[in-house]
Amino acid sequence: MSFPLDLLLNAIVAGLLLGGFYAAVTSGITIAFGILDIVNIAHPAFIILGSYIAYIVNTNYGFDPIVVSIVMLPAFYALGACVYQVYYLSFERRGQEALRGLAFFFGLLFITEVGLILVFGVDYRYVEAIYIGPTLHYGFVDLPLRMLVPCLVSLLLILLLQVYLTRTFMGRAIMAVAQDQEALRLMAADPIRIKRVAFAISIATASLAGAFLIVIQPVEPSVGREYIGRVFAICVMGGMGSLPGTVIAAMLLGVVESFTATFYGPSWAPAVSFGFLLLTLAFRPAGILGR
Amino acid sequence: MRSWTFTLVAVVAGAALFAASRFIQNDYFFFAGYVVLQYIVLSTAWNILGGYCGYVNFGTAALFALGAYTSVAIHKLYPIPIPALIAAGGAVSAVVGLGIGYLTLRLRGAFFSIATLALAVVIQTLITNWDFVGGSRGAYILRPNTAPLIGNYIQYLFLVMLVLAVASIAVARLIERSRLGYGFATIRDDEIAAEASGVPTLRLKLIATTLSGAFMGMAGAPLPYYVGYLDPASGFSLAYAVNSIAMPVIGGTTTWVGPLIGAVLLGTLQQWVTVTISSAVNLLIVGLLLVAFVIIAPNGIVGLVRPLFARRK
Repeated sequence: MSFPLDLLLNAIVAGLLLGGFYAAVTSGITIAFGILDIVNIAHPAFIILGSYIAYIVNTNYGFDPIVVSIVMLPAFYALGACVYQVYYLSFERRGQEALRGLAFFFGLLFITEVGLILVFGVDYRYVEAIYIGPTLHYGFVDLPLRMLVPCLVSLLLILLLQVYLTRTFMGRAIMAVAQDQEALRLMAADPIRIKRVAFAISIATASLAGAFLIVIQPVEPSVGREYIGRVFAICVMGGMGSLPGTVIAAMLLGVVESFTATFYGPSWAPAVSFGFLLLTLAFRPAGILGR
Repeated sequence: MRSWTFTLVAVVAGAALFAASRFIQNDYFFFAGYVVLQYIVLSTAWNILGGYCGYVNFGTAALFALGAYTSVAIHKLYPIPIPALIAAGGAVSAVVGLGIGYLTLRLRGAFFSIATLALAVVIQTLITNWDFVGGSRGAYILRPNTAPLIGNYIQYLFLVMLVLAVASIAVARLIERSRLGYGFATIRDDEIAAEASGVPTLRLKLIATTLSGAFMGMAGAPLPYYVGYLDPASGFSLAYAVNSIAMPVIGGTTTWVGPLIGAVLLGTLQQWVTVTISSAVNLLIVGLLLVAFVIIAPNGIVGLVRPLFARRK
């Protein structure tokens, strides 16, 4: 098989743009799973919820999907705080998060998906916005705006999150709770409150990621399932709880997937990301950046 | 009750159930009963790893569908009787179960669960791209009209699944009362302490994934003959994964009775809701029950009922 240069360059660029979007999808998991150790496999379901909210507002009132998702951030933040409270009271406090906590999130994932199917059916939904459609051309490299806009906003989001986690008091407290919850308690800080804030932020990112998703591709309720393995693959590869690592791993996965889709056909793309995850888990569980 | 007495009782109960069901003329009973029995096997198999060892497997659908697709592949090459297909499907899923366990079980528990989710998608993609077994178009299997000795073919399938259900429950109960079962329980309660006391945790976990995978594959092997047409979307349906978790959790995960109760109750309820309302609502009910039970009654129906018996003694 030959690799023509223009096809190769386009595959790399498309992969990097896709990777930027994957970084936004994964940032929530990086906080919930990587930092807080909460195995929130329902995260993709919240992302799909974000997509549908963007879809409803966009079709009825014509607002821009990404602006809608930014307005919806507080609502998702509140939802995340509620979910964490239930999770904490029912499982974490009793030390039962391993088996039952997983079953709980799996149930949430399922309820959200089936609920959306019951309300909206299994038709693909899409949104309208001015940047969906046009494409920038530089030489023989194509930059579709529907990929570029989510990618740039997503990188901005990660930058803000990283500044928040490393520069503000609350952000540093979140990083501290990951290291030693007891030590934090000895310093008269409430680890539960800090974890609730962090988990709420992680769910809030799902609102934005959902809007990106529906800008990039049409969405139906079970699309989220494909992202479960993908986000955990990126999170583990990125070194669990490191946002810069998440961006690098997301870009890497995006490029590999885009290569596979370009040169072997799109039906193989999901297996690549999941195969990546299995190999990472088996041989490099600390991630590419290590810890 | 001793293990061999229990096995005997289980076999007699199974035989009695089949003998009684022969009086039912309605084929629908056997179609519905097959599904409930299949869920008994799946949830018992899941519980060997999930309930006894505390490792959550989200990949039931993959191991189940592997069994089914093994049947399709063998059927295309050279049709052999269903019991042989079950052995083949069980063997394939057992090997895959062992492989996934070997790759991930040295890591923390959550990684195993995530890896099983990933496994489901990898295997589904492989099967979808494999033209020999039909690819994404699916595969047709012509079901014979009659079976030797039994007559009606759906009754034969029902009997096969009944035997599997009895076998899986007998094995689960055998494990529970053996050194193996106590080893599993130590892993569930405190893996580090178990390891420190000399329990060979990795080997025990590998035994559990292999056994669990084998039963899931066996449950899947007769599926192509039951449905007549198998495509990846239905073989790998998330319903199998969620049901095989929900049923043991609702019934109670620490004993063999839990998955049995859960599968019979939930399986029957689902059949009823699918017929009277819709299949989407039936899945919603499973999800809601799962979440309600893990929050309110973490030990399932067995956990709710057990105190009543204890007081009466």
